[in-house]
Amino acid sequence: MTDQTPAKDLLRVENLEVVYNDVVLVLKGLSLTVREGGITALLGANGAGKSSTLKAISGLLRSENGEVTAGSVVFDGAPIHTLAPERIVRQGVFQVMEGRRIFVDITVEENLRCGAHTRPRGEFAESLEKVYAYFPRLRERRKQLAGYMSGGEQQMLAIGRAVMARPRLLLLDEPSLGLAPLLVEEIFEIVTRINANEGVTVLLVEQNARAALSVSGHGYIMENGRIVMEGEAKGLLNNPDVQEFYLGMGHGGAKRSYRDVKHYRRRKRWLG
Amino acid sequence: MEYYLQLFINGLVVGGIYSLVALGFVVIYKATKVVNFAQGEMVMVGAYVCFGLTVQLSIPFVWAFFMTLGFSVVLGLLVERLALRPLIGEAHICVIMVTIGLSSVLKSIVQLIWGTQIRVYPEVLPSTPVMIAGLPVAPVYIAAFALSGVLFGLFTLFFKYSRMGIAMRATAHDQQAAQSMGIGIRGIFALSWCIACVVSTVGGVILGNINGINSHLGVLGLKVFPAVILGGLDSLLGAALGGLIIGVLENVCDGLAKDLLGLGGFRDVAAFVVLVVILMIKPYGLFGTEEIERV
Repeated sequence: MTDQTPAKDLLRVENLEVVYNDVVLVLKGLSLTVREGGITALLGANGAGKSSTLKAISGLLRSENGEVTAGSVVFDGAPIHTLAPERIVRQGVFQVMEGRRIFVDITVEENLRCGAHTRPRGEFAESLEKVYAYFPRLRERRKQLAGYMSGGEQQMLAIGRAVMARPRLLLLDEPSLGLAPLLVEEIFEIVTRINANEGVTVLLVEQNARAALSVSGHGYIMENGRIVMEGEAKGLLNNPDVQEFYLGMGHGGAKRSYRDVKHYRRRKRWLG
Repeated sequence: MEYYLQLFINGLVVGGIYSLVALGFVVIYKATKVVNFAQGEMVMVGAYVCFGLTVQLSIPFVWAFFMTLGFSVVLGLLVERLALRPLIGEAHICVIMVTIGLSSVLKSIVQLIWGTQIRVYPEVLPSTPVMIAGLPVAPVYIAAFALSGVLFGLFTLFFKYSRMGIAMRATAHDQQAAQSMGIGIRGIFALSWCIACVVSTVGGVILGNINGINSHLGVLGLKVFPAVILGGLDSLLGAALGGLIIGVLENVCDGLAKDLLGLGGFRDVAAFVVLVVILMIKPYGLFGTEEIERV
């Protein structure tokens, strides 16, 4: 992460509106920008629309009957929200989906080959070595069926597939899901290394706000299909509202009354 | 004894053809989860096109064979494009119904053009039998068996090592995740229909060389069901062995029934009896995927 030169915006999402099944409006004019080179966190509670945002960017929305009805997704200066998902991957945007989505009945190395599907064959050996350097455990298990690996190893494989694809923008959807705290730390540490070494810009969606903000430069908080707050990750970590509602810290240990909560909700509605 | 050995060899050859057709069936099922009821009719179309090219247009057989292969690629693409692609995202049962319709359409087209009588291919290979282990075997049988074997080997290598083959297996497991890897699943679907069409066509041409063809050749598609269900709907190895086992069993059982009980026509029943027994013991088939459960 270099802060000396003002990095350009790699991804700009503008007033995005997403509708599922022609009726369910899940994103209501969401806007965010991701600066090149850094890690940007996108936080929010269940059902806020975080995953939908990522799928709108990667084009995977359509296979779930979702549709971008307004707004635009601009990657590196060109709109991508009308492209098919395979075209978007070729542009350099790669999503690691929620729940790992490993191909369980093929081997670990074949999974990695799938990750490299859009890349020239010549790079494969080099990329593979890179992945095994980040995740030595995958090397030990490369001939094994991916379905027999533990949850943590599967998450490593999911990220490994992304490294194989050599994207410019990596969309990570809840890499901490269902993992033990120590493993979460390890995964996040590797994500920061990949970000620094490979020059991959990362947009990180998380429920685990503390872990996500601690590795990010910039953060967005969304609720009900909109961004309600944004700022430097450090600032967000110290923001009393964020601490209260996403980090589970009370003010001075005292329990706040429901009136204050209502006040916050009102204020948020105002901001949103 | 010699009688049964002869039956066994016949069974292997017929089984080789079943295996090829089963391969097409399994490829489509794996990639798209569609049970293709038009598989037998695809065999028939291939057989008739090759017949038309060699006999009616008097093109040398080898050339006609390759032209037929080209035709089957086009047929596969057309079927995928016109009949299947508009249904992507619809329930599987709709797509399966479409394949039933497709089988009627293909059959009618063949009957329109070539009528319903039996057609016989010209002899391509010499008819003098070759002696194998003291048994006379027609060269066309050996060629048929070898050709099925080679094709099967090629496709196994393709699925195991090639980029598209691995992408096909990935798509079979999780289409959305495959899309997220940049795999174009429409291309994968088209490819799987092409492969299915090509192998069925080869099966049809072999069959034409052995037996002659008529417009009921599509019934072969039904014989393939026991083969694939026996082997496991999504296993290539299963398709190969399932085809061979069914081929051998129906021939030997038919012979046994004639010999011992004086009953004819057991051939068509045998395969299904075996199928029921196997499914009671191994419901996923011999090599079908059982759900992986992590411990």
